[in-house]
Parts: sequence; C-alpha cells; structure tokens
Amino acid sequence: MSPGFRARALFLKHEWVRGYTLMTPTLLCMICLMCLPLFMLFSYSFWTQNYLDIDKTFTLANYEAFFQKPIYIALMMKSIRMSLFCTFITLLLAYPMAYFIAFKVTKNKLVWLILITVPFWTSYLLRVFAWKVILGFNGVINSGLISMGIIDEPLQFLLYNPTAVVLTLAHAWAAFAILPIYVSLEKIDRSLLEAATDLGDTPTERFWRITWPLSLPGVIAAGLLVFIPTVGDYVTPRLVGGTTGIMIGNIIQSQFGKANNWPMGAALSVISMMLIALLVVTFIVSTTRARAKSS
Amino acid sequence: MFLYAVWYLAFLYIPVLFLPLFSFNDSIYVTFPLKGFTLAWYGDMMDNPALLRALENSVKVGLTVALLSTFLGLFAAKAMTRYYMPGKGPLTSFIMLPLVVPGIILGIALLVITNLLGLPLSLFTIGLAHTLIGVPFAMLVLMSRLEGFDKSLEEASLDLGEGAFQTFWRVTLPLAWPGILASVLLTFTISFDEFILAFFLAGNEVTLPIYIWSQLRFPNRLPMVLSLGACILVFSFFIVTFAEVVRRRGVGPQSGAAI
Repeated sequence: MSPGFRARALFLKHEWVRGYTLMTPTLLCMICLMCLPLFMLFSYSFWTQNYLDIDKTFTLANYEAFFQKPIYIALMMKSIRMSLFCTFITLLLAYPMAYFIAFKVTKNKLVWLILITVPFWTSYLLRVFAWKVILGFNGVINSGLISMGIIDEPLQFLLYNPTAVVLTLAHAWAAFAILPIYVSLEKIDRSLLEAATDLGDTPTERFWRITWPLSLPGVIAAGLLVFIPTVGDYVTPRLVGGTTGIMIGNIIQSQFGKANNWPMGAALSVISMMLIALLVVTFIVSTTRARAKSS
Repeated sequence: MFLYAVWYLAFLYIPVLFLPLFSFNDSIYVTFPLKGFTLAWYGDMMDNPALLRALENSVKVGLTVALLSTFLGLFAAKAMTRYYMPGKGPLTSFIMLPLVVPGIILGIALLVITNLLGLPLSLFTIGLAHTLIGVPFAMLVLMSRLEGFDKSLEEASLDLGEGAFQTFWRVTLPLAWPGILASVLLTFTISFDEFILAFFLAGNEVTLPIYIWSQLRFPNRLPMVLSLGACILVFSFFIVTFAEVVRRRGVGPQSGAAI
C-alpha cells in the first residue's frame, strides 16, 4: 500500500480529518494574522529602543518602568474603572429595551431589531464625533439653550471629562448589549413564567426568580462584549475625553506615535491584555459558581 | 415600558441624526439656530479629489476583504456544521478571538509584525487586518445559514453518485447563497467603517475613516464631513437592511418546501 493511498484512506475514513483539512486555510490565516503578531508583540515588550534601533536583548526594564511610574498604574486602573462603569450603565439602559422587545413586542420584532442596529452601522468615528457636536462649547446643547434664552454663557462641564466618555461609549456600544440580552430573554420558556404565576408569584418575584437568572448568560456575554473593547478604546477619549478623560489606549498609541517607544507600548499592551483576561476569567468563574450555588 | 423604549431609541438616534440635519445648514458652525438650507457642502464633497481617492481605497479594500473573509468563513462554517470534529468548541472560540481582543492591541500587534518583516504599510496591510476581524463575522453568519437547511439534501446528492465538489457546487452553494451574500455585505460594511486597525496600518494611501479623522481637526471642513457622514449613514442603512432581509429569506420551515 503506497503512503499516498493510505493518506487517502485515512482522509475518507475519518470525518474529523476531512473537517480539519477543510478548515486549514482559515486556521492558517488566523494563526498568521493573530497568533504570530500577538506573539511578536509579546517578544517586543522584552526589548528596548534607542532612538530608531531596537535592542533585542531580553530585559524586564519596560515592566519595571510600568510598576515604578505611578502614572501608568493610575491610568490603567482609571481605564478599567471607567470601562466597568460604562459597561454597567450600558447594560442598565439596554436590559429594559431588550426585555421590551422580547416580551412586549408581539408583531414586527424584526423592525425593532433593525431600528436598534441602524445607528450602530453608521461609522463609529462619526457616532462618537456626533457627541462632540452635541456637548461641545459651541455645540448643539449650548447654542440651543442660549438661543432659547435659558443660559447666557456656554456650559463648560459638558465636554472633555470622564462623564462625556462614559455617555458616548454607552451610546456607541448599545447594540452590543441589547442583542445578546434579547437573545437570552427570547429563549426563556414562557411556560415557566406561567407556572410561576399559577403558583402565586407576584410579577416582581417572577422576574427575580425566573427571568433574571435565565437571562444571565446574555447579560454576561453583553457585559464582556462592551467591557473588552471599551478598555482599549482610543477614539472616544481622544475626541470627547479631554485631559482628564484619557485612557490606557491613548498612552499605548502615543508610545507608537509621538513618544516612539515601541517596546514600552508593547509592554503596556501586554499588561492591559493580561489584566483584561484576568478580570474576564474571574468574572466568568464567579458568576458560574454563583449560579451553580443558587440552583 | 413602551415609553422607555421610545426614549431609548431617541437616545440612540438623536446624536446620529444631527449629522444630516447640520449637513444642510448654511453655516460652517454647528450651532442652533439653524441658518438657511444649502446643498453646498455636498457639492464640496463631490469636488474633493482627496476624499474621492479615500472612498475609492475604502471600496477596494472593502471588496477584497468581503470576498476573502466570506471565502475563509465558508470553509470554516462548512467544516463546523457538517463534520464531526473533536475540539469544535475551542476552535470556534479561537476564530472568534479577534472580536474580544481590543482593536488597538490587534492593530499594534500587526504593526509590530509588519515592521519586523519589513513590509511597507499600505492598503494591503489594512486589508489583512480587516480580514482578521471579517472572518469571525462571516463564519457566524454562514454557520447559521448552513444549519438552517437540511443536511440530507447533501447526503442525497452524494448517494446519487455526485462527487464532493459537485455536491458543494450544485447543492450547498445555491442553498447557502443568501448567507454568502449577507456575509459579503456585512464584512464589506465592517471594513468600510473600521478605523482603529486602519489607523495603525495605513501608509500613504488612506481609507475613508482615516480621511475623516484627519479632517476632524479643521473646523472649516466640518460641514463637509457632516454631509459625508450623512451619505455613509444612508448607504449603511440600505446595505444592512438589505443584508438582513436576504439572510432571513428562506430561513425557517418553508425553506425545504421552496426547493
């Protein structure tokens, strides 16, 4: 039996060999475009830079710099706090909307779903920028209030602060929160709710004992989908954040731009990624444990 | 409850709708009260060679990315839905990974590797980055489509003596085409709108979002950017609605009977 023939027999006999063969181009592509670059980023964080030359001797200097300069740690913590807060607000606003579509809308659910996704499909940059237009010194709110004679001087506190960043992000990522929550609410077996009512639960009890626990997977997915990208966001803090609203993404970007210290930027990225992963894992483990305990 | 939903929709729409509103306003300042109605900003936009060039680049990159990621997504979706494979779960999460790694980190990781390989930054590097985030979306859309129709149709074709390729070409592809079209439109829109990855990987040739970013610094260019934004809004609305309608067509109980 020739080796070629044997390979062919193996190919026809095992489904998984055929499956993996079919997936090879996609996997190769993902490895080349994701794993290799992330690995190189990781290596870069152990190097140093002298003007334009990269010194490739292994060193922990970048990580030491991170832990020695309080500004980095403070900024990292602030980014995470802002993202967590923003995720919380986004979920809080999105949940009733998802609930409404899943339980109250009987006809034209698709229309409601499309209505929610449309603003999300208009260039991210311009969605963020729209908030600058609204909140700005000469923006829509200020000029509107002045022309109506309610105020004389433009309000300064609207733009360029962490609140503006949180508001803008809650707007920009709304669809990412509503859709997963909606899907998990839609999946809930309605007969469970009827049973609870028959057994004498009030609507509030019914919500907290049945609907809420069963919608948790969607809430968790939504939380992750909003939290992870917002930590690293660069555009929103830059456009509406001002000096007090800058986040870790802006510092990472400046290391690759103005500061021209790529290894430091790489180290900051690696640290952010590790922190995010750590938070996400803790979050998932604690929620699954809490759910296992309650059931 | 209904009232809340309306308020929430207003919160989602009002900021976005300011763009078209002020794009017709006859003043370079985005302030109330509105001045006269004008189409001048749309005229400016059409006469701007740099903008048209960026638009052309975006379309070029978008089309390539759409076709490439749909192609790769189709392979993966077919393998995932049709074959028994150990480790399917971890594999799916692996392909979905670009969706949960912050864009800025993917962007600089790709920047670092292009730099080490000595590749020049160009539309090509932007295209590669966009393919990375396009594949997971394409795979999600195509998997739901491939799961939506009956596997036995493919088995029947194989039983009747067609080869694997013939079966794919004559049975799977026609049945999957709404999913394929939806995936192409979706990945095109994603690439067309994507900014952060492109921002790190752009050379001299820029895409539309990068062009917009560069204009945001100049207050007198603002009205033109607003009219451009309004155009993108209308364009995205049509593409996304069309993609959604196509994707949903034939998914459901009638799909088998329609053939």
